[in-house]
Amino acid sequence: MGTATSQQPALTAGLGLKPQHYADALHCRAPGLWWEVHPENYLADGGPRMAWLQAIRAQHPVALHGVSLSLAADAPVDASHLARLAALVQRIEAVRVSEHLAWSAWRGQYLPDLLPFPRTTAALHRIADNIARTQDALRQTIAIENSTHYLHLEGHDWTEPEFLAELVRRTGCALLLDVNNVHVSAHNLGTRPEAYLDAFPLHAVTEIHLAGHHADPVHGDALLIDSHDAPVAPAVWALYEQVIARTGRIPTLIERDDQLPGFDELLAERDQAHHMLAAAQAASTLPVEDAPCC
Amino acid sequence: MLLSAFQDGFSHALTATPSAAAAPWLAALQAQPGFAVYRNTTAKGCIDALQASYPTVCQLVGEAWFRAAAAVFARAQPPHDGLLMNYGAGFADFLAGFAPAAELPYLPAVARLDRCWTECHLAADAQAITPVWLAQQPPESLGQLNLGPHPAARWAWCDDHPAYTLWRHHREGLPVPEPLHWTGDGGLLARPEAAVTWHPIDRAGVAFMAACAQGQPLEAATAHALAADPHADLTALLRTLLDAGALVSGASSLCSNTATQETA
Repeated sequence: MGTATSQQPALTAGLGLKPQHYADALHCRAPGLWWEVHPENYLADGGPRMAWLQAIRAQHPVALHGVSLSLAADAPVDASHLARLAALVQRIEAVRVSEHLAWSAWRGQYLPDLLPFPRTTAALHRIADNIARTQDALRQTIAIENSTHYLHLEGHDWTEPEFLAELVRRTGCALLLDVNNVHVSAHNLGTRPEAYLDAFPLHAVTEIHLAGHHADPVHGDALLIDSHDAPVAPAVWALYEQVIARTGRIPTLIERDDQLPGFDELLAERDQAHHMLAAAQAASTLPVEDAPCC
Repeated sequence: MLLSAFQDGFSHALTATPSAAAAPWLAALQAQPGFAVYRNTTAKGCIDALQASYPTVCQLVGEAWFRAAAAVFARAQPPHDGLLMNYGAGFADFLAGFAPAAELPYLPAVARLDRCWTECHLAADAQAITPVWLAQQPPESLGQLNLGPHPAARWAWCDDHPAYTLWRHHREGLPVPEPLHWTGDGGLLARPEAAVTWHPIDRAGVAFMAACAQGQPLEAATAHALAADPHADLTALLRTLLDAGALVSGASSLCSNTATQETA
């Protein structure tokens, strides 16, 4: 494997890796740059995708961001999928592994989305068990991401920040804070994103995601969609600035999955996050007592 | 409510028509504008994956028709896991029985070639044998030599339609030759290096590859090729397969050609 692993460069802002940008990604030398992929797109037996990923990994840190582990399904995580994921984590020496607080597989069927559930104590037990199984199989800590919400669900026993904090306490997992999801969910549910962030266990956050969203074509601004098809919105940048002012430098990823612009445009957006992180580091105000206690 | 009961109801409601018989908690969710986001996203995920895997079919029928057919397929055969790049293995068979596709009888065979491309693209890496390698083998042992299909090699034959010719010209962005000689043909896909490549293959070639896949030695495989076409030029055939990077040394247990023959 390349020198990136042994030197452990400081990660600042990264980008989601798209096949259209493989050659640019390989040669880009922006400071602090790292790449993230969905492991589901690389769980092939062989072929050019894996060859590209390994070539890029030899030059840059690469993180894996899963979408299909279905941690919140009321069933044990799929052992065969975990085994394949573990092999990929090892093969590319992933610098971070993350998944969502959501479900996407149920009774043998995969539902390509990150689906919501009532945050009950029973669900907490199930998800904690699934995180533990995953961390055991991968032999590393994973980070859990707050998903986007579009529905008012009945039956929650826990708020989402409390639920995530309890998962951290029980499993030792880390958290991935998606600031765009915070903005979109608060907008859709009629809550305040600042209040959500105030309650969020920021001490456990090891990665931040930023992305664009758009208004629903039918319902307009009343319903925002986490579409990853636009630049990061000004309101999301503002929330992000508040977060990193408290936490200091946390590796941050810009996700762009649709309406993909040219590489230079994406890199310029990444550079904005990179510069904000550089400015924020010295200004961290995260209280010492917020640090992990276990 | 049990988490499993919630997930039973929610997953069913994602694909079912909203019904007056739905449980009150589910009806309350379906009544919210946000429920459609989940319905649309789950459907779109399947349809997008199929469109990415069957680009030639989509070119032939147009995007609107394709996405409507893909939606029907996705409801009948939803994905089993998150590896959507490999989703839709049964799409060609589905099209063969899909009444609106009846006017395009070659469509399933074209879909098989699109599927061959996906399987070829995702298959394991291996070192293909070359003409030089073959020339170095002792002549007296050639007959018993085991050659297997490269793990990425896929081939498909269509009896009734020039499916490969249609597929190839669409893939390469070339006009379909006119007049098109309307007869059966076959395609071989291989991945000797990074990229998937394709070549025409005749009945003898298909029989040869099938015999190799069954672990038969060179002598038996050539006998199968001659049985399929007594006039086959075996030297030229072997040269084509070697140049394509379609063969490996030893019986290959890795290749499972799922798109073998179109029997109309």
